[in-house]
Amino acid sequence: MKTDELERVMRTALAGVAPDLEFDELDPETPIRDQADFDSMDTLNFAIALSRALGIDIPESDYPHLASLAECRRYLAMRTG
Amino acid sequence: MADFLMPSLGADMDEGTLVQWEVAPGDTVRRGQVVAVVETAKGAIDVEIFRDGVVEELLVEPGTTVPVGQPIARLRECGEAEPTPGPAPAPATATAEPDTARVRASPAARRQAEALGIDLEALAGSGPDGAITLEDVGRAGSARESMAEAVAPAPAKPAAPGRPVDIRGAIAAAMSRAKREIPHYYLGHWVDLSPANEWLADWNASHPVAERLLPAVLMLRAVALAAARFPDFNGFWRDGKFVAGDGVHVGTAISLRRGGLVAPALKNADRHSLPELMDAFRDLVGRARAGRLTGSELLGGTITVSSLGEQGVEEVYPVIYPPQVAIVGFGTPVERPWVVGGRIEPRWLVRATLAADHRVSDGRRGALFLEAVTGLLQEPETL
Amino acid sequence: MSAARTTYREAVRAAIRAALLDDERVFLMGEDVGSYGGCFGVSKGLLEEFGPERIRDTPLSESGFTGAGIGAALGGMRPIVEIMTVNFSLLALDQIVNSAATIRHMSDGQFSVPLVIRMATGAGRQLAAQHSHSLESFYAHVPGIRVVAPATLEDARGMLPAALADPDPVVIFEHTSLYNLEGELAEDAGAVDLDRAAIRRPGRDVTLVTHGGSLAKTLAAAATLAEEGIEAEVIDLRSLRPLDDATIIASVSRTRRAVMVDEGWRTMSLAAELVTRIVEQAFYELDAPLARVCTAEVPIPYPAHLEQAALPSADKIVAAARRLTGG
Repeated sequence: MKTDELERVMRTALAGVAPDLEFDELDPETPIRDQADFDSMDTLNFAIALSRALGIDIPESDYPHLASLAECRRYLAMRTG
Repeated sequence: MADFLMPSLGADMDEGTLVQWEVAPGDTVRRGQVVAVVETAKGAIDVEIFRDGVVEELLVEPGTTVPVGQPIARLRECGEAEPTPGPAPAPATATAEPDTARVRASPAARRQAEALGIDLEALAGSGPDGAITLEDVGRAGSARESMAEAVAPAPAKPAAPGRPVDIRGAIAAAMSRAKREIPHYYLGHWVDLSPANEWLADWNASHPVAERLLPAVLMLRAVALAAARFPDFNGFWRDGKFVAGDGVHVGTAISLRRGGLVAPALKNADRHSLPELMDAFRDLVGRARAGRLTGSELLGGTITVSSLGEQGVEEVYPVIYPPQVAIVGFGTPVERPWVVGGRIEPRWLVRATLAADHRVSDGRRGALFLEAVTGLLQEPETL
Repeated sequence: MSAARTTYREAVRAAIRAALLDDERVFLMGEDVGSYGGCFGVSKGLLEEFGPERIRDTPLSESGFTGAGIGAALGGMRPIVEIMTVNFSLLALDQIVNSAATIRHMSDGQFSVPLVIRMATGAGRQLAAQHSHSLESFYAHVPGIRVVAPATLEDARGMLPAALADPDPVVIFEHTSLYNLEGELAEDAGAVDLDRAAIRRPGRDVTLVTHGGSLAKTLAAAATLAEEGIEAEVIDLRSLRPLDDATIIASVSRTRRAVMVDEGWRTMSLAAELVTRIVEQAFYELDAPLARVCTAEVPIPYPAHLEQAALPSADKIVAAARRLTGG
């Protein structure tokens, strides 16, 4: 999948989970929860939204890969090959 | 002329030692100003004065230990004339601070507070002599309204961004009331989370992401089941007596990203399965953050759970949400050495705490209740 | 209509002159009103224009000439009696309170006393304790007379004809500090109402209630308060009896705070009456205690600095208002 397509999916997923967070204001290399109040419920909802949009299952053990936007992009790129 | 008394800086304080005066005779003091430092069993504490006036005389030298309630300074109130030399005034008897008897509030503020059902005692006054003004009541009212706004369905409104949700005032009022009226007692207990974690990992591994559970839901469910078994922790203190809840509706403290928190209730949490509870919980969190809770959800809790989640400290001493009578806290799970079967093992532990209303229950009952909660978490399959 | 530059003194004189021209029953009498032109120069030139029949100098006997005025009024005339200052009016108090104010009542409405009494009041000119007091409240206490206090050029010009038209006794208080007040007055200025208080400056944060010679100080205080962000509403009572409760209560109900500014002494004062009425009628509207700025409870001192210290000042009004608004 193309990078900009992944970016769009992540953008939509985050907006659904936390509409009050500005995607562009988040530092991609820093875990989201270190930049904003982003708890386990948000992480779970983020995983659900990504998995639905991309049609992949994201095991719980992979949640740490969703922590930062950059890491998330790399992980999803790898998963969607 | 008013006496300034050695204050009680805690229920267990009988006397205090004056360490130093921060004011001198002739100084004008304002309500809330630090006027002295007093050494107590708990350490040196800055002592504030509770009225405006002019310091007439300091009655106690630094280094002196005096009982609580003894006059330590004399204060001339605003507008009071300088004393004229004459017969010595009758010795003042040590009584309670006179101005604590009745809240100082303007007639307009009182009428408005009554109309809105706002407790004047929970408000800080900004008017003359610290009196509560109409504006102060209005501020508390609008704080509550914005909370109600968060409660009422507001379809046309975009969610959170930029919306000034001033729920601080509402939290201040509720928590002040809790600490003023409810004699809390506290219990704490370590819980080995390993069984729950293992059970949860199995469940989540075998379910698609949308059906996975969060540890918080196990905790909510455990509290709900325990509360059903111990009805004296599930209900309200109203008009001087305990009234049992009409079901187990577990309030869950949800922090709002823009600040503040709400504690909407999961209705009949004891009668729903974990997946149902998870769905309800997810829905509740989403709507709380979007400002779309209903009034019965916001006000309907019969007991509350405050869970710090992954990012926090080990232990929380929660404050009961009036008129409820109990709240259960869960700290952040930590990995610690733990003795299991005579061997030290690394284990995931969570600190469970209970704050309960001593008017309704006693420590022994509280211990049984908290043990029930932790016991249920040891057997996640029973949840 | 064009306006002309004039003074309060000239406005009162114009009012007297117009009344003399309009109605031959009108005449002016009092101490030094004729040859001397009035102790404060109000009637200067009137003797020459209207003659000694209608501009009558009297002996120094307030009781005597006020009584004569009451008799003339009962006999169908429209006398204007000038008493040099309110301090001296106490010598005529028996005539005013026991006769002028009571005759309509005691005659079951058969007789009325269409008498106008003008008197100067107030301090600020170093005239010492026997010439400087503000005793408006003495008269405002008494049923059967109307009491007004013009504080502007329009009222100086317009209250006299309205008072003459009133079938009952009217006492007009002219504050001595106002006679030199200058300003524009419409050339066709005429009678004004005697019933309503006037809002001289609108505001939302605090109501300042005053009258007569204190109006200027109160407006100055309001201007200072506005710089601090406190918008004061200034009410000029105009009529001291009857009081216009409706205007006062409506204002206080909006601002929820009020300061009474009264050059009388605080105890048993007009300010005290105003406070009582507000508490009686608007208690639940209040958001702060009511306050009074009155004259210190001493006979007015002669030395200028002590006289000023005793009187209400803009600074004292500002301080009182600031305190009520939590500042």
